[in-house]
Amino acid sequence: MAKAEFDTENVIDQEEVLRPKMVTVEIAGKTHQVPDGITLMKALWYTGHEVIRGAGCLGGFCGACAAYYRTKHDPKVKTCLACSTAVEDGMSFSLVPPFPARKATYNLSELKDPKQDLFELYPEAPLCRNCNACTEACPQNIDVREGVWRAVFGDFKAVSEMFMDCVMCGLCVPVCIADIAPNLVAVYASRAQGVHYTEKPKGLFKRIEEIQDGQYQEDWDRILRMSDEELQTASANIK
Amino acid sequence: MDLRAFQDIVHKTRDLRRTQTLPKFSPADRDTLIRKYHPDYRERAYRPIQFGPNAGDRTVRELACLLEGESPVPADLPLTPDQTADVLVVGGGGAGCAAALHAHGKGAKVILATKLRLADSNSVMAQGGMQVAIAPDDSPVQHFLDTLKGGHLKNDHQLLKVMVEEGPTIAKWLVDLGVLFDRDADGNLQVKKGGGSSKPRLLTCSDYTGLEIMRVLKDEVLNQKIPLLEFSAAVELLSDGQGACTGAVFQDLDNKRFVLVAAKAVILATGGIGRLHIQGFPTSNHYGATGDGLALAYRMGAPLVQIDTFQYHPSGAVYPEQLVGQLVTEGIRSEGGHLVNVKGERFVNELDTRDVVSSSIILECEEGRGVRTASGREGVWLDTPLIEVEQGEGALEKHFPAMVRQYERYGVNIRKDPVLIYPTLHYQNGGVKIDVNGETPVKNLFVAGETSGGLHGRNRLMGNSLLDLMVFGKRAGLTAADRAKSMQQGTLTLAHLDQFRAEARKHGVSNQITSPMILPAYTRTPT
Repeated sequence: MAKAEFDTENVIDQEEVLRPKMVTVEIAGKTHQVPDGITLMKALWYTGHEVIRGAGCLGGFCGACAAYYRTKHDPKVKTCLACSTAVEDGMSFSLVPPFPARKATYNLSELKDPKQDLFELYPEAPLCRNCNACTEACPQNIDVREGVWRAVFGDFKAVSEMFMDCVMCGLCVPVCIADIAPNLVAVYASRAQGVHYTEKPKGLFKRIEEIQDGQYQEDWDRILRMSDEELQTASANIK
Repeated sequence: MDLRAFQDIVHKTRDLRRTQTLPKFSPADRDTLIRKYHPDYRERAYRPIQFGPNAGDRTVRELACLLEGESPVPADLPLTPDQTADVLVVGGGGAGCAAALHAHGKGAKVILATKLRLADSNSVMAQGGMQVAIAPDDSPVQHFLDTLKGGHLKNDHQLLKVMVEEGPTIAKWLVDLGVLFDRDADGNLQVKKGGGSSKPRLLTCSDYTGLEIMRVLKDEVLNQKIPLLEFSAAVELLSDGQGACTGAVFQDLDNKRFVLVAAKAVILATGGIGRLHIQGFPTSNHYGATGDGLALAYRMGAPLVQIDTFQYHPSGAVYPEQLVGQLVTEGIRSEGGHLVNVKGERFVNELDTRDVVSSSIILECEEGRGVRTASGREGVWLDTPLIEVEQGEGALEKHFPAMVRQYERYGVNIRKDPVLIYPTLHYQNGGVKIDVNGETPVKNLFVAGETSGGLHGRNRLMGNSLLDLMVFGKRAGLTAADRAKSMQQGTLTLAHLDQFRAEARKHGVSNQITSPMILPAYTRTPT
């Protein structure tokens, strides 16, 4: 795709590409020069790092590339996904290794009272001390602390909506002084919301019955006997 | 020219464009367009495969090299199993999880192996939704016909019928596991319209459908305590010397040691091929999408089908540079977003099939009506602000939170400004030939999901992949578990590999690349 030469018509001016600028970054404590504006992940590759743990979808959906970073002169260490954050001059960053959080195991459909069972499965959940570190650590801007409280108070619907953006990077876990794994609590609450507290989709059940009762058999018999020409016409005429 | 000046053209032409309806192309025009502009028809990118089950068939050079590649497994590898299973599932994405859960549910002893983490996959990134014909005015038969039309009538009818008929049952399975699909006011599953479909048929979880499904499936695999082999890449299959599959060899990515798993049945669910960067295209695929399953099955003697056709998703990001290749959800076009060239004109019905839309974008760019970035890429505009003009302020944040966030990270506000897109390598339309239970012509070797082929014809319809994964993952899992009950574990040999190597020598194929690739070589080596 990249072309060595091209005319200048219809071209967007991009300073960073016209005059590629190198910046200085610190990766896991070591200083490197990398092109300005590339993602943290690309900076790792650029500087010769082989990434196995720490890369996943490369599109901001899987949470594999959780990272800590700090910008020049700012004491605040922030979190991000390395595949979707750009480097800047003076930045320091490291990939975050997986954290050994405890996941409770459960059979959701057999639970009698999931809102109460939460306290058996995750007894640490109600021990939140409101420090808000989880919310500050979330690269998806989820109000994690609020979500934990909602789960504790049984508002699983709110939890499921708040955590739809959650990529399970786990950055909320190591910062918790009460040893809560908010992302795992949220998965439990969201699934329980789906299994126990969401209306059953009647239309779906009806369609399953229709198929089982052979309601489409005649159509199938007709369609599956068609020649390619007839199928072409049939699929072109479908409204 | 300044970026702003280009974007202003899109803003100024919006009202005029809103009054236009663009007809879909006639079947003849579609054909001409695709043949001229679709990457599947660039002859230079193709060559025949030299030996093996598909000897003489054309495919892209990158894949041909992979299929003819050399196994990293030495011929004298000691063949004592480290672990044993009834059903060995290779791959931890949607198809792998569905297969493992169903086989486990049938009482089989399952091992799920994956080269990255459980759930690292393309499935987790699926934004558009899952097609299931559940609306009252829709039917599995219409779903069948739409898919057939999208696939240029080249779809395997039996596989397709099974998929569309089992769609509703799979949707119920997911709902029962707690997947929170979007709902209508009356509590029914909401259906949205997708490109190439005659009826609204997409089940969605906002634009996080794949993420929501995979969060739930991963959680369930862990709840069921299915044994996992993570960071272990399958590098070779094992055979009994008579053509049946009996297990697989893995390479532990931490210590590079080989790990042998003996299994009565093996299910390959290793996903797609985008990271081969076919024809130099950027890709929307995840880090591990290197076509491993194709190479493994091929060396074992399993024939492949339709491996000359790939899907280039119309809307891959082009600008800013950090997002290149990443997907911009098709949902924007489903909701009425226009595709606009540099002059501010629409040029294709945005809801046409992916191959048609991609070809049209390539045509616009080749004829100089694209917008170019200084890094030498080009693209056309996707008019995202139009969504809020039509549906009111906040519509983008409500329906496309992932996309808003995707661009916000780089200071682009898609509510205010259109984004630049160009086709990105997205999906492998073909793959390993399977029957309706996911079994390949190699006995006890099953394939499910993107690694399999035949179902989608020459172009996959939006939203059919998530359904494909679930339906055939399930069927492969159930069939493999059943099979395992009534058979003994076969012996472990590398007879097929010896034969494959002999074939390579016979055809004078040397200097082969190591195959499977496992991970793309992005790490820069000092020059």
